[in-house]
Amino acid sequence: MSLSAFEAQVRQALHAGRLWHPAEIGFWLLAFAAFVLFPSHLLLLNEIAILALFALSLDLILGYAGIVSLGHAAFLGMGAYAAGLLAKHVTADPFAGLAAGMAAAGVLGLFTSPLVLRGTDLTRLMVTLGVALILYELANSFGSLTGGADGLQGITMAPVLGLFEFDLFGRTAYLYSLSVLFLLFLIARRVTSSPFGLSLRAIRDNPLRASASGVPNGWRLAAAYTLAAAFAGAAGALLAQTTQFVSLDVLDFHRSADLMLVLIIGGAGYLYGGLIGAIAFKLLQDMIATFTPQYWMFWIGLFLVLFVLGGREIIHGGVAAIAGRIARLGKGAAR
Amino acid sequence: MLTILFDGIAYGMVLFVLGCGLSVTMGLMNFVNLAHGAFAMLGGYVAVLSMQRLGLPFLASLPLAFFATALVGVVLERLIYRPMYSKSHLDQVMFSIGLVFMAVAGTDWLMGSSQQFIRLPAWLQGRFEIAGIGIGRYRLFVIAICGLLAVSLQWGFTRTRFGSRLRAAVDDARVARGLGIPVNRLFAFTFALGCGLAGLGGALGIELMGLDPIFPLKFMIYFLIVVTVGGTSSITGPFFAAMLLGVADVVGKYLVPEVGAFIIYALMVALLISRSHGLFARARA
Repeated sequence: MSLSAFEAQVRQALHAGRLWHPAEIGFWLLAFAAFVLFPSHLLLLNEIAILALFALSLDLILGYAGIVSLGHAAFLGMGAYAAGLLAKHVTADPFAGLAAGMAAAGVLGLFTSPLVLRGTDLTRLMVTLGVALILYELANSFGSLTGGADGLQGITMAPVLGLFEFDLFGRTAYLYSLSVLFLLFLIARRVTSSPFGLSLRAIRDNPLRASASGVPNGWRLAAAYTLAAAFAGAAGALLAQTTQFVSLDVLDFHRSADLMLVLIIGGAGYLYGGLIGAIAFKLLQDMIATFTPQYWMFWIGLFLVLFVLGGREIIHGGVAAIAGRIARLGKGAAR
Repeated sequence: MLTILFDGIAYGMVLFVLGCGLSVTMGLMNFVNLAHGAFAMLGGYVAVLSMQRLGLPFLASLPLAFFATALVGVVLERLIYRPMYSKSHLDQVMFSIGLVFMAVAGTDWLMGSSQQFIRLPAWLQGRFEIAGIGIGRYRLFVIAICGLLAVSLQWGFTRTRFGSRLRAAVDDARVARGLGIPVNRLFAFTFALGCGLAGLGGALGIELMGLDPIFPLKFMIYFLIVVTVGGTSSITGPFFAAMLLGVADVVGKYLVPEVGAFIIYALMVALLISRSHGLFARARA
């Protein structure tokens, strides 16, 4: 095959990846329709949307670039504190806070990426864990700025676009979070189906071969890590704005561990994995919390152990099979 | 000042006993067991319960903590750890974190979330002074026991047949297996020993580190530092790492309390970055 024919083929494959599948459109229609369908569960839906964005962020580096992380909460917390502090001291505009959260987390991602890019998986796990722990200790120590263990209180948010006031029932909150999630999802979708995204997958599958074919591994991974950090920062900013409160909990280790479970449930390496995982995780949490609120940690541990023992692909494979069936149905209808 | 140093050494000794089992596990089977702290916690609770409920003396509760934890370690190794050896590090980490979460919540449910205390016998309480250095009796006791353990472990590791087989297996498990060394049985035994030591360390550490259900999460990072800094090929490496960590932590908390655990985490990240290839590359081989 000649080079130009090969290039055309790659272009075509990338282009095909960019087309919207009917199931995807249905998914997002359902997500927005949930606003009308479940008016009494908007707060839970809002949490799902934020967790989905957070999971999307981890999926970008874990599923696409193959960077393992046990400290993703660092970026969530960075975004949350940046947005919260901005709202408290400078401006109450939600979009300014969102931008600040993303920027702060992105910068942190950029600066910590050299630490993460070296070494084996094990070193990465430990270093990301260490970075998150350091941030937790910093937030705890600088109590005058962050409120320490009491949390950052007294955040009031201005209406979104100057029109929609945040209310107690989470109406504005859900639509706001879902819209941000959707926009960032579009960006993630575009990025993963671009040549850049393709090169990330090449690095994930075979770093040596990728670098031999001229992919600058370090830079690509750093860029992906920064992007994912900014996404997690956005999730943190949304969390701070919609709850109007930031506590040390956003930096806690269990956030990172929960997130791993979300991706295990949903499956990593495709963008909807994080979203589906977030929905399943939150519903599960909600269900268990109704009969045993204290010992949620035990169940999460049990799920982690069972999933790893039983093989991570069980649920992922099930979802893929269903998606495949829907895809075939969609094609059949089109014909 | 020297008193603080002494406290730091005692603290480091306990960390060594807690962490050396983990370093062997990581070196021998290349298995990342973050749940190591859960075994330490188990040992601590066994000691507390045997003293409170059964009325055993403190000295009798220590071996009990060792054997009970070792027994649980053997059973768990057989039942659920063995299928994990061939999985990726990510899987192992998730798996052991799951175990930690279960241990934390389960202990909370069984024992309540409050701190546990033990009653030390009278001859271990209080402190005396030698040349102006205040020496806590209990700390001296801990240093003596752990020092004895360290010496005997070092002897067992370098001088006995078991030790040389173990070292061979750590260096290259495949070749060791080819030479007829029963690596799996060796590992099961070492795992039990490591768990038992963790249990003993947990029991000894109640007085120094406290004991509550979040113990495994709180000290997870300490064990990891001992293993990462000390390496996995000897007993002396983790020993000096634990000493360094114990002294640095106690002195740091005493001199600059507002910085808290920050120093320790920064130290770990720095060491991981500067030595990431050396230490883990060896563990991987």
